[in-house]
Order: sequence, then C-alpha cells, then structure tokens
Amino acid sequence: MIGGGIAGMESSAHLAAMDYEVTLLEKDSRLGGKLLKWERLFPTMRLGSEVLAFLNQGVEKHVAVHCNTEITEIHRKAAAFHIHTATGRTYEADAVLVTTGYDLFDARKKEEYGYGIYENVITSAELEAMFAEGKPLHTADGRIPKRMGFIHCVGSRDEKVGNVYCSKVCCVTAVKQAIEVKEKHPETDIYCFYMDLRMYGMHFEAMYKQAQEKYGINFIRGRLSEACENIDHSVLLKAEDTLSGRPLKMSVDLLVLMVGFIPSEGTKAVGKMLGLEFGVNRFFKTCDQHTLTNVSNVPGVFFAGACTAPKTITNSITDARAAAATIATYLEGKAISARTIENQK
Amino acid sequence: MKKEGKEQLWKDYQKEIADDRYFYVRSCVRQNFFPGSETAFLKILQEELGKDVYEHPCHTTCTGIGYHADVVPFDTAMTVVARQFAIMTESGYHNLVPSCITSFGLYTEILETWKHFPEVEARVREYLYKATKRDFRVPENLAHASDVIYKFRSEIAAKGKFRLVHHETGRPLKVVEHIGCHYAKMFPDKGVGGAEYPYVLTGMIEEWGGEVVDYPERRHCCGFGFRQYLVQANRGYSMSCSHKKFESMEPYAPDLILTNCPGCPMFLDRWQYAISEMEGKTYGGDGQGIPVFTYEELAGLVLGYNPWDLGLQMHQVACEPVLDKMGIPYDAAAKYLDKHGHSLGQPLQPQKLKV
Amino acid sequence: MPDFGFKLQKDRQIDFDANDRSATRAIIETEPTFRLCIACGTCTACCSAGNFTDFSLRRMITGLKRGNYEGVRAMADQCMLCGKCQMLCPRGVSTRKLVLAIRKHIR
Ligand SMILES: Cc1cc2nc3c(=O)[nH]c(=O)nc-3n(C[C@H](O)[C@H](O)[C@H](O)COP(=O)(O)OP(=O)(O)OC[C@H]3O[C@@H](n4cnc5c(N)ncnc54)[C@H](O)[C@@H]3O)c2cc1C
Ligand code: SF4
Ligand code: SF4
Ligand code: SF4
Ligand code: SF4
Repeated sequence: MIGGGIAGMESSAHLAAMDYEVTLLEKDSRLGGKLLKWERLFPTMRLGSEVLAFLNQGVEKHVAVHCNTEITEIHRKAAAFHIHTATGRTYEADAVLVTTGYDLFDARKKEEYGYGIYENVITSAELEAMFAEGKPLHTADGRIPKRMGFIHCVGSRDEKVGNVYCSKVCCVTAVKQAIEVKEKHPETDIYCFYMDLRMYGMHFEAMYKQAQEKYGINFIRGRLSEACENIDHSVLLKAEDTLSGRPLKMSVDLLVLMVGFIPSEGTKAVGKMLGLEFGVNRFFKTCDQHTLTNVSNVPGVFFAGACTAPKTITNSITDARAAAATIATYLEGKAISARTIENQK
Repeated sequence: MKKEGKEQLWKDYQKEIADDRYFYVRSCVRQNFFPGSETAFLKILQEELGKDVYEHPCHTTCTGIGYHADVVPFDTAMTVVARQFAIMTESGYHNLVPSCITSFGLYTEILETWKHFPEVEARVREYLYKATKRDFRVPENLAHASDVIYKFRSEIAAKGKFRLVHHETGRPLKVVEHIGCHYAKMFPDKGVGGAEYPYVLTGMIEEWGGEVVDYPERRHCCGFGFRQYLVQANRGYSMSCSHKKFESMEPYAPDLILTNCPGCPMFLDRWQYAISEMEGKTYGGDGQGIPVFTYEELAGLVLGYNPWDLGLQMHQVACEPVLDKMGIPYDAAAKYLDKHGHSLGQPLQPQKLKV
Repeated sequence: MPDFGFKLQKDRQIDFDANDRSATRAIIETEPTFRLCIACGTCTACCSAGNFTDFSLRRMITGLKRGNYEGVRAMADQCMLCGKCQMLCPRGVSTRKLVLAIRKHIR
C-alpha cells in the first residue's frame, strides 16, 4: 500500500483481516493523511480524530506500517514488484495499491485573489488549522472578523488555472466552516460567493438549509472577479450579483478561499515509477469509469481514494473497501477479476 | 500587503527585452497629449545610454485605436502592421519598440494570431505584397518603450541627478502606478510582472527611490476607452472611472501618479480639473491636484532634464509640487516660453484647482 | 370602445415558441466559445464599462441565448475590448472576439 491516508488505511485493514500480509508505506511521520488536518467533518460535525481512531482499529497490530518512507524506485521482477526506498530498503509485493491522495490547489496561482500578498486572505485548510488550534478566529492583526467571505471554486472549474473539474467537497465544506464560525462568533456576518451550490450528498442540502435558517449565512450567486486590499487591510471583493444583475463590491475582514483538489506530488511520482496512465485531469486513469474503478493499466496495480478523483471521506472509505475486494480476487486468481467491459471509458 | 508574495510573482513573469538596435514606432496620440515624452525617450536611449534607435520617416499609426473603436477591420490593421514590419526589415532591424501600449497590445495580438494561424499570416503577406510590393520578417523581439526604460532603470538611476525622495526630509515619494489595460491584460506573460501586479513601472519607481502605493482600485481602468471618450455624452463615464480611482487612492496621499499608456496620463490629469469644477474636490492637498507623469517624463526628471523641455507645462495639474519635493530647480518665468524664448501664451486659470 | 380604465397587458414571458434566435446561431458560428458561458458574472464584475453603465457581458450572453435582441447592439458598442474579462473568464470564453461577433451580426 502506497499512501497511508484514509483510503490506504481502510484498504490495508480489510486485506489484513482477510489474512493477507500487508505493508503500508507512508511518506509522512503519521498515518491519516488529510484527516490529521480537518477538525470537524461534514455532514455530521463529528471530529476527524474519531474517524481516524476507527480506521486505526483495523490497522494497528494487523498491518506492517512504515512511516517516513520515501519511495525512490519500483521495479517489476517476474510476478513481484520491488519497491525501493530512500533508506535503501526494498519491499516485495504481489500487488500494489496506490492511495497517494491529493494536494491542495496553490491559491497563489489565482493571482487576482491576492493570496500570499494580502494579509487577510487565507485558505480553507488554514481555517481548519485555526479551528484545530482551538484559538479564537482572528484577522492578521488579531481581531475577530466582523464580516467574512467564503469563495467557492478556487482552483476548480477554472480553465485559466488548467483545472476544469469540480472538486466536489468544497461547497459543503464552505457551508460547514461557515456554520462553525457562526457557532463560535455569532456576530460575524458571512457571505459565500458561489457559481452553483453542489449539495449532492444525502445530508448536504439540509446543512445548507440549516446555514440559512439557523445561522443566517448569506449566499451570493457570483464568482469573485478580483480582490484588493483596503487601507485598513480588509479585503475588497468585486463580483457580479448575477441574480440581481448588478456588479457588487464588499469589504470583508477575512477572506477564505475554498481551494480545490489537484493530484498529489506523490501521485505523480508513483505513477511515473509504475508507468500508470493519467486521465485528462491529471489524476490516475481508472480502467473504466463505471466498472473497473479500482483497476489500473498495469496488471497487479490498483487504486483507491482521492488519487483518481476528488472524493469525500465517505467515498474514499467505500472506495478503499472496494479496492480491497478487487485485490483479493486478483490475488486468488478468481475469474471475476478477469472481467472486461466493451468500450472501456 | 506582503511584499514577498509579489516578489515571487514577479520572478515568474520575466520577459526578454532586447538591449540594443531598436526600431522605434511612435504613438499617434502621445505626441499631442505629451509632446516631450517621445523626444525624451530618444534622447535617453541615444545620448545617455548610447543605444542604436532608428525611427523611419515612413512609418505610420498602427490603427489600434480604430480597431478598438470598431472602425478599422482586423485584416486592415494587420496589413498596416505588416507594413511597419516591412519597413523595419528593410532598415535592417529586428527589435520593435512601440511607444503606445494599445499598439503594443495590437502587435502582440497579431503576432500571437499568426503563431496559431499561419494561414492568416500568409494572407496578410499577400495583401501587403499586392498593395505595396513589400515583404517582411516578424520582429525577433517586441518590447514596449516602458519595458526598455525598465530594462535600463538602474543605468538611469546611476546617471541620475535627482531621486524620488523628498530632498529635505529624505522621505521616499509615494507613487501610484497605472499600467493601462492593453499592456498585459490580453497576454499576461508579455508584460513585465504579469497583469495582476505588474512590475514594469514599479521597478522604475523603486529603483529611483520612490515607494509604490497599492490601493484598492489600482486595477480599475482610467476610463479612456476610446468609444467612451469619442462620444461627448459618454465622457461622464470616462470621468467616473478616473474619479473612482482618485477616491480610492486619496487616503494614501500619493505624491504623484506614473503611467504607461497614452490615454491614462491624459485622462488622469485632465479629469482632475473637470472633477474640481463639478464637485469642488481636489486630491493633492492644498487645493492642488496629484501630478501625473509618463515614464519618459519621470526618467527625464531623474536625469535632470529641464522640466519645460520635457513638456511638463502641457499638464493640467501643476507638476511643481513634485519638482519642489525632489529639489529640482526650474525657471517659473520660462514655463510658457517656446524654445526660442517666445511666449506660448498663458493658459486660463481653473476656478477650483490650484495650478 | 368604451374607456375601461385598463387594457390587456403585453406578455413578459420569454417566449421560446415565438422568438427568433437566428442571429444567435450566426454569432455561435462566428464565435463558438459563446456556448461555454456559465453565467458566473466574473466578466461583468471586472468590467470598467459595467461599473457605470448598464453594460453586462453576462446578461448580454444570457439574453442572446434566449433570443432577446432588444438593446443588445447598443450594449455591445459599450465594450472597450480591453480584454480584462477574457483574462478572468473561467470557461475560456473568447470575450473580445464574441463582442466583435455580436457587433457583426446584430445591427
Ligand atoms: C478543506 C477540506 C476539508 C474537507 N473536509 C471533509 C469532511 O469534512 N468530510 C469529508 O467527507 N471529506 C472532507 N474532505 C475530503 C477528504 O480530505 C478526502 O476525501 C480524503 O482526504 C481522501 O483520502 P485519501 O486517503 O484518498 O487521500 P489523502 O488524505 O490525501 O492521503 C494520502 C496519503 O498518501 C500519502 N502519500 C502521498 N504520496 C505518497 C508517496 N509517494 N509515498 C508514500 N506516501 C504518500 C500522503 O502523505 C497521505 O498520507 C475535505 C477536503 C478539504 C480540501
Ligand atoms: S464543490 Fe462547489 S466549490 Fe467545489 S469546485 Fe465544485 S462547485 Fe466549486
Ligand atoms: S488609456 Fe486607459 S482605457 Fe485605455 S487602455 Fe489605457 S488604461 Fe485602459
Ligand atoms: S466570465 Fe465567462 S463564463 Fe462567466 S459570465 Fe462572463 S463569459 Fe460567462
Ligand atoms: S473587454 Fe469589454 S466586456 Fe470585457 S472587461 Fe473589457 S470592456 Fe468589459
């Protein structure tokens, strides 16, 4: 298993439970991937650490975990994969599951939003970090923001940065984070700027309704055109309020950019080592979008989690279990693992 | 504002600017708006820096304004530009330097079009040949005149006699820069520093000792916008654009405005007068306006040129406050004399704006 | 006719059964990226012309898609072709060329 995030952990747990000998290689010092960063999760508001503890139950004592492991080369010798690491170790495997996840879009690339230049522009991940620290929410000069803006689709659905896909979780994450801010600071006004609100999950629409009804969070249909810094270091937003058909300006004390998913550096590197195909959006290409969703172009190499597309935690966990089943049937040489589909897409 | 963030971006947008042997093409409007600027450019490059700059007597307007105002079709504009290239080729030059950002934008757009659609270039070659029997090579390097001044900003500073600092207190002068829409908005990687935080003027200001003021409406257009201005009834729109900018920069109390484009210095300067008459409001403190300069004028001042040779008497907002701050001596009595010492006549005095 | 003090009112519905969208088709042919607009409003917000006049590229595009040509030409004339919206449009609509196409097909 390459990548000890949510997907890597859950696949490992299932394969280990089926008595396979599982080795999990993680480049960071701890397992958990992004779960280590998100304090509370949509749509339940439960703690990320609770999910992590759950995943750990299947991994601890059952799976050989090697953290701080940097993979440098992967070779195929006969039927086995030889995985070499920077410390000179080699691991042998009959099958490889790639669960290298995603990275966050670098918001500096949206130059007109001023991230890295204006003091009070932060990313959704930085807001999570503020929540996790448990300190009160604050602007660069330490004030509680009177007004905040959340900008959807930063680095997603945007040809200008080369990412045309929707990152799927950021609409509901914005709603979740806005609610959290309101719970801590009811006096802070919040405005979310969106193009479409993609509340596709079972309880997402209910969260959106709650955000309006219980918390008075405001939604404006218009994409942020540009942000500027005012003399008091608040951020001046310009968008069109498309539903009123008029350009709008608004100053906010703190601006949160809902950064999207991009394929992780680890995904790119491991893909190159294994000769894996990438799709048009640069995530891994699965053999088929409907059916062979965990299968790669290289026999014996499989995928799970956000390395193939943006996914929620729920999706990643489901996908990880599916990958475990796919790998098990492959290792057992079951006939179903040889199934193909016409017109692979 | 975090400077490091901008510096990172500036690194990403470096462009190649030739360092000698320029074929210079003038702007149709700048010579009327700011008569000393292009002369100053030639003087700085040829006399101060010893560069080879050639200006052919047969070059023409680029028709960019006509194209943008929808009275000149693109094919016509391309053929006129092809003729400029032909004259450049015949003169043995490869590096084209236009003096107007709208021209620069048009040249860039045409070169990009030809790169992606070679059949368009072939068609234009044919038009030009039919009309003039001329042929051409496309320029090896295209740089706007401000790019060239930017490139030699430290040489200019080294030769300079004055700096953008208050000569008594040593305080850096606060400078607002206005880049002009056509410089980099269509092709951000063709402008020094890109389109969002352009560096071309900022680089000059910092090198010459000033401090750049970034204000919320920095990116807003000055409001020239050809079509708007050409129709008198629409000029209110043009003025409102400038007004929005003045209101936004006012709290920062800038000492001067530095501009890149032909229209911007014209309108940012003249509208201060019109706004003062209509609204009774002035932006420079003490009833005065905020002086507006072109980059050649400012370079000329740094180099110690006589302000009246630079054509600064043609400005609506008096330039003297900046001269006084920089400690530049000038002969007030000579302001409205021509080069032979004859009177040019005195302009009328505005009601509100102190000049 | 007696004076009733009221009269039948003109229907304000966008009438897809009656409107003529031929000019829109011609515009699409000249500038196919017209189709890509998702009405996000980025162009309108960044447009200097739209700050002081009733000009909105987004509204003009939406109107054209519905076959509404009233006032479109006058609107298209207000664009200064500065290119700012083209730099920002998330769908890669070739806005400057689109405005020129509108000017070509709608008189
Ligand atoms: C701001 C934000 C908030 C979110 N909140 C929620 C939420 O509340 N609820 C929800 O359902 N979803 C949420 N998500 C989505 C969630 O983060 C993802 O679904 C999940 O992280 C995907 O898990 P993963 O294991 O596929 O990838 P990751 O979490 O990215 O894990 C990948 C792991 O692989 C490791 N790795 C990568 N490359 C290598 C390599 N070459 N060698 C070794 N190891 C490597 C990484 O270090 C990492 O540990 C949120 C996303 C964002 C951006
Ligand atoms: S989920 Fe919402 S914010 Fe994220 S990319 Fe999709 S539409 Fe944009
Ligand atoms: S003159 Fe003004 S309107 Fe014209 S391009 Fe320059 S900045 Fe824009
Ligand atoms: S920016 Fe592009 S997608 Fe958005 S409304 Fe304008 S043309 Fe349409
Ligand atoms: S190109 Fe036209 S529509 Fe686009 S921002 Fe400029 S003036 Fe507005």
